[in-house]
Amino acid sequence: MSTLILVEHEGGEIRPATLSVVTAAAAIGGDVHLLVAGSDAAGVADKAAAITGVSKVMLADSPAYANELAENLSALVVKHAEGYSHILFAATAAGKNVMPRVAALLDVSGISDIIEVKSEDTFVRPIYAGNALATVKSSDSVKVMGVRTTAFDAAAAEGGSASVETVEAGEANDKVSFVGQELSQSDRPELTSADIVVSGGRGMQSGENFAMLDDIAGKLNAAVGASRAAVDAGFVPNEYQVGQTGKVVAPDLYLAVGISGAIQHLAGMKDSKVIVAINKDEEAPIFQVADYGLVADLFDALPELSAALDS
Amino acid sequence: MKIIVGVKRVLDYNVKARVKADKSGIELANVKMSMNPFDEIAVEEALRIKEAGNADEVIAVSIGPSQSQETIRTALAMGADRGILIETDEQLQPLAIAKLFKHLVEKEEPGLVVLGKQAIDDDSNQTGQMLSAMTGMSQATFASKVEFDGDHLKVTREVDAGLESIKVSLPSIITADLRLNEPRYAKLPNIMKAKKKPLEVIPVADTGVDVSSGLSVVEVNEPPKREAGIIVNSVAELVEKLRNEAKVI
Ligand SMILES: Cc1cc2nc3c(=O)[nH]c(=O)nc-3n(C[C@@H](O)[C@H](O)[C@H](O)COP(=O)(O)OP(=O)(O)OC[C@H]3O[C@@H](n4cnc5c(N)ncnc54)[C@H](O)[C@@H]3O)c2cc1C
Ligand SMILES: Cc1cc2nc3c(=O)[nH]c(=O)nc-3n(C[C@H](O)[C@H](O)[C@H](O)COP(=O)(O)OP(=O)(O)OC[C@H]3O[C@@H](n4cnc5c(N)ncnc54)[C@H](O)[C@@H]3O)c2cc1C
Repeated sequence: MSTLILVEHEGGEIRPATLSVVTAAAAIGGDVHLLVAGSDAAGVADKAAAITGVSKVMLADSPAYANELAENLSALVVKHAEGYSHILFAATAAGKNVMPRVAALLDVSGISDIIEVKSEDTFVRPIYAGNALATVKSSDSVKVMGVRTTAFDAAAAEGGSASVETVEAGEANDKVSFVGQELSQSDRPELTSADIVVSGGRGMQSGENFAMLDDIAGKLNAAVGASRAAVDAGFVPNEYQVGQTGKVVAPDLYLAVGISGAIQHLAGMKDSKVIVAINKDEEAPIFQVADYGLVADLFDALPELSAALDS
Repeated sequence: MKIIVGVKRVLDYNVKARVKADKSGIELANVKMSMNPFDEIAVEEALRIKEAGNADEVIAVSIGPSQSQETIRTALAMGADRGILIETDEQLQPLAIAKLFKHLVEKEEPGLVVLGKQAIDDDSNQTGQMLSAMTGMSQATFASKVEFDGDHLKVTREVDAGLESIKVSLPSIITADLRLNEPRYAKLPNIMKAKKKPLEVIPVADTGVDVSSGLSVVEVNEPPKREAGIIVNSVAELVEKLRNEAKVI
């Protein structure tokens, strides 16, 4: 048995999501090999080789891999898929873009968002916005899966000493090209890996008012998130959205402010260790999942909270 | 140019899913079923592309039981021109769904296929990507903006760190994200008109497509429940609890 993992990286660094996928692979058992695809990515391959539990790193270096285009990455994975019993991806926007293609090209089912490994062929995944957990069993010769990274701890980034082998790159697909990106600039921790997340909903009323959450996030070294309603209203950009169809987070502390607690929102945060809700409506469903609830007007509570954190 | 759009019948998003007592799945008897919300967005986008003069026909496709005809009728009432139901009582995996869409793509030769980014029941987020890989049509997932540029599309995509844009050649497969558009409501006269629009029903067996799957559901369980928390009376009490009881700040 052996597992192949497609490494996610940016700016020469391996994304934390990949470290969680290595832990999922260790739970399956067998050898763990990593595939690094990138342009001038030798440095990334060296970092991948240092991850604990990895026995081999394959490096495919080509400009075709500079922008994570799904067509090019999936063709490369399939080219090197021979002999693997499992092929894993992080269930990130980038991983979700590639995983189903690899499954289709190998003519097997894809298994999205696994949160638990029961055995080498049996896995648990959430369905219906996390209102149910399906245990699924695969008889396919190779299991192609996405791993929900909040469900697995990160493997140690140091301590391993895998070999690095350069492998042949695939061709670049000519039907698709990268145009550009608008990435959010923030010095806050990344939403999906932050220890504390402070989220605002429609109750925040405007983008300007999110400055109150930013202030508190700054004091707690937290990331800022939002409900879909707050994103749709244009208070904050799309990448802030937490939920069934946004990001899934599981921090030590999740603070929900002016968020009602719709099932689609809960799907993205209910595995947080401690949940705090501030809402002026005592009937709001968010209080049913909150460890600590404060029934208050957020425009009074947030300045008070900010002051209390200083003392 | 034709556009194929996928419309899946799912448990309405306002209904809380309940696990069946025998753990075989979710209770779907006597509950409200609706079009997958992402597919409403997909239909709307297809209609706007047609209304802008970039397509001639919008075909709404569903794969599922006979009742999925209602979902297709909703798409027809929104403005789609005709419908196709591939009828099956089995719950098919995205791999099989994508193969059935490929079968229709070969028959209809659309310039575009617009699907939802994910179905809110099984939450797989796979079908569009699989269809692209199988057909060789270009892939533009999680789309929040689609612009025509000759025989190419410029698509803005929602990714984890923000937005990215790619250029893809036609024919192409788009999957719709939440902020692509705001779907229209079907007006009453259009609901009446939709009853007369053509809707072809094809039994899955007649397609000759192999819909078998290597994946089976062993059991479906409720997620662990969170223990009820407490209501605090002040910000000061909240901060005290977070510092000394929960020890998270
Ligand atoms: C409790 C439970 C038990 C299940 N048991 C089984 C089982 O025993 N065997 C089995 O094979 N499968 C089973 N399934 C899976 C099956 O029901 C799912 O429908 C299937 O996996 C498709 O996933 P998805 O709809 O999330 O696809 P996604 O890839 O998330 O869908 C994306 C888009 O593809 C299009 N699309 C997808 N499906 C259709 C469709 N039917 N018609 C039209 N357009 C569509 C839509 O545009 C949709 O927005 C089970 C699912 C559940 C929840
Ligand atoms: C297909 C689909 C996918 C979806 N995906 C997601 C998703 O991924 N993530 C997500 O979040 N949602 C998602 N949703 C939307 C979800 O159903 C809800 O509409 C949304 O989460 C509501 O956001 P909200 O709680 O901010 O707004 P509301 O429900 O309007 O709640 C606002 C809350 O603020 C409180 N409030 C108002 N003013 C104050 C004040 N001054 N002080 C204190 N409290 C105040 C109110 O009491 C209320 O509880 C999805 C919906 C669909 C159909």
